[in-house]
Amino acid sequence: MKYYSTLIFELSKKGKRAFSMPALDVAPVEADILGSPLRSDLPLPEVSENELMRHYVNMSQGNYHIDGGFYPLGSCTMKYNPKINEDISRMHQLTDIHPLQPEETIQGTLQLLYELQKDLCTVAGMDAMTLQPAAGAHGELAGLMMIKSYHEKNREYERVKIIIPDSAHGTNPATASMVGFELVEIKSDENGLVDLDDLKKHLDEKVAGLMLTNPSTLGLFETHVREIADLVHDAGGLLYYDGANMNAIMGKARPGDMGFDVMHFNIHKTFSTPHGGGGPGAGPVGVKKILEPFLPVPRIEKEGEKYLLNGDYPDSIGKLRSFYGNYGVLLRAYAYIRSMGPDGLRESSEHAVLNANYLMNLLKDEYDLPHDLTCMHEFVLAGLKNPGDATTLDVAKRLLDYGFHPPTVYFPLIVREALMIEPTESESLQTLESFATAMKSIAKEAIESPELLKTAPSTTPTGRIDEVFAARSVILTYDDLLAFEEKQRE
Amino acid sequence: MNKVYYTKEHEWIKLQDGKGYVGLTDFAQDQLGDIVYVELPEVGTELEVGEAFGVVESVKSASDIFAPVSGEVVAVNEELEDSPELINDDAMENWLIQMSVEDEDDLENLMDEEEYNDFIGEE
Repeated sequence: MKYYSTLIFELSKKGKRAFSMPALDVAPVEADILGSPLRSDLPLPEVSENELMRHYVNMSQGNYHIDGGFYPLGSCTMKYNPKINEDISRMHQLTDIHPLQPEETIQGTLQLLYELQKDLCTVAGMDAMTLQPAAGAHGELAGLMMIKSYHEKNREYERVKIIIPDSAHGTNPATASMVGFELVEIKSDENGLVDLDDLKKHLDEKVAGLMLTNPSTLGLFETHVREIADLVHDAGGLLYYDGANMNAIMGKARPGDMGFDVMHFNIHKTFSTPHGGGGPGAGPVGVKKILEPFLPVPRIEKEGEKYLLNGDYPDSIGKLRSFYGNYGVLLRAYAYIRSMGPDGLRESSEHAVLNANYLMNLLKDEYDLPHDLTCMHEFVLAGLKNPGDATTLDVAKRLLDYGFHPPTVYFPLIVREALMIEPTESESLQTLESFATAMKSIAKEAIESPELLKTAPSTTPTGRIDEVFAARSVILTYDDLLAFEEKQRE
Repeated sequence: MNKVYYTKEHEWIKLQDGKGYVGLTDFAQDQLGDIVYVELPEVGTELEVGEAFGVVESVKSASDIFAPVSGEVVAVNEELEDSPELINDDAMENWLIQMSVEDEDDLENLMDEEEYNDFIGEE
C-alpha cells in the first residue's frame, strides 16, 4: 500500500487536456438550449491523460482489497468474486439492450431473470421471488411492507409489533421502524440464541412478525427455529428471514423449510457480486404463497414459451425500483449460480463452515471464545484471554502491520471486546494458518511488548488514526480542510 | 445526600428540588469509550418509562438512552452538545436531562447503588 493524498484539483493547470478533439469541419453554431443556467466558469480540474491515469492508479494503491489479501471482516462475507462473473456481465449480447424495448425483443434477458428467480426459489425454499430490491436492506423494506399489507388485507390493523433479537443486524430494527412498526427486542440466551421464554412473553394479538437471521450474527445455528416459527405462527404473526448469512447453509437447509414466510438474499455475500463501493447491489426477496399477491410489480413470468412482464396484481405493494432492478449485478449472481451448480453451492457452504471452525479452534487458546459451540460460517471472540492493557482495537490495528485486514470489531454489541471473524470459503489452508500465526504472535506481543500494539499500525501509509478527534472535529469539505490547516499553522 | 437510582440500561436518576436528574452511569461511559456525540430531546417532550429519549455515540458504537421514569423533560444539558467528553470525565456529575417525576413509584422499580454494582458485576 502506498500513501497518496493529492486531490485531482491540486494537480490542475489551466489549459491542460486529457483528450483532444478533432478540428471542426463545419461552421460553429451558438447553442442556447439551456439559456441562463448554462455556466462557463465551472472550475473543473484540467490535467493531462498521463497525470489523470497516475492520479487514480496511485489512489487505488492506498486501498486494501480482496484481490490483494485476506479480508476476514465478520458479517460482511468478503469472499473472492470469480472474474468470469465480470466477463459475463459485460457480454455485449447481454448489455446492448434497453429496458424500454418491447418484451418480444428481450426474451433472452427475461428468460435469464426468470431462471434466476427460479434458482433463488430453489435455494430458499420459497414459492415466488422478486429481483427488484436494490440491496439487502431494500429487500427488508419490501418484505416488511408485504407483511404489513398481508395483515391489512386480513383487516388485522392492530398487528403493529415486529420482534427482533438483540443480536440482529442494525438494518432489521431500522427497516421495521421505517415501515411504521413498533419494535420489540428480545434477549439472547447464554448460548447467544433466541431466548424462547422471552419470546413467548411478547407473543400476542399485536404481533405482526419476527425477523431472524439464521445462522445468527454470532455465527450460531438457531436450533429451535422450527419451534420459534410455530410459536410466531400460532400467535398470528409472520416470519422474516434475513438472508445475510445464507452463504453458510446453501444447499443444506432452506429458510422456507424452517417455516419462514418471506426472506431476502444479500447476493453480494451469497452469490459473489461486488460489495459496497463496487457498484449497485441487489437484494432479491422470496415469499411463500400467502404473500405472493403482494410482491412488487411488474413480475417476470412465463406463459407457454413466452416470457412477459405482468403488472396486473392489485394487491401488490407496487414498484420498488426503476425497471427490473440492478440487472448487471443480477447477471453476476446468475453466472455464479450456474457455474457452481447445486453441488458447487453446497460445497461452498461446507467450506465456509469448515474454514470458520478450523480458524476458531486455532485461535481459542489465546483468545476468549464466549460461545464455545460448533460455529457456522463465522465466529465471535471476546478479545484476548490475557490482554494486559491491550484492547480489541489494538489487536485489530496490529493486524494491519502483519498485512491482514482486521476482523469486524465491537460488533455484535452483545459480546464485549468483540472480534468477529469470517474467513469465507474461498481461503486456502495456508492463508488461514498464516492469519492464525499472526493472531497468536499478537497475543504474545500484548504481554511481552504491549507498546507494539498501542502504537500500531506502523507499517501502513497512515498510522494510528485519532478516531476521537476525527469524530469530534468533523471536516467534510475541502474548504473545511483548508481552514483547519490554516488554524494548525497559526 | 439524595438517593441515586439505577436502571438495567445503565442510566442513573437522582431526585433534587422535586426534579429528576438523569445521566449515564460510570460503567456505561467506560464501556462506550470516548463519547463523541450526544443527542438529547427537546424540552417539553413527554417520556414514558423505558422510552428512548436520546442517543450517545462513541467511536465504538451508538446507543439509545432510556427514560428511567415517566415524566416531562424540563431541561437538557446543552453543554454536552459541544463537549460530550464531559460524560467520560465525570458521568455522575454531568447529567443529560432534568425531568419531572410523574409517579415516584416508578423509582421503586429501579436499583440502588449496591444492587446496580451487583448487576454490573454479573454482566
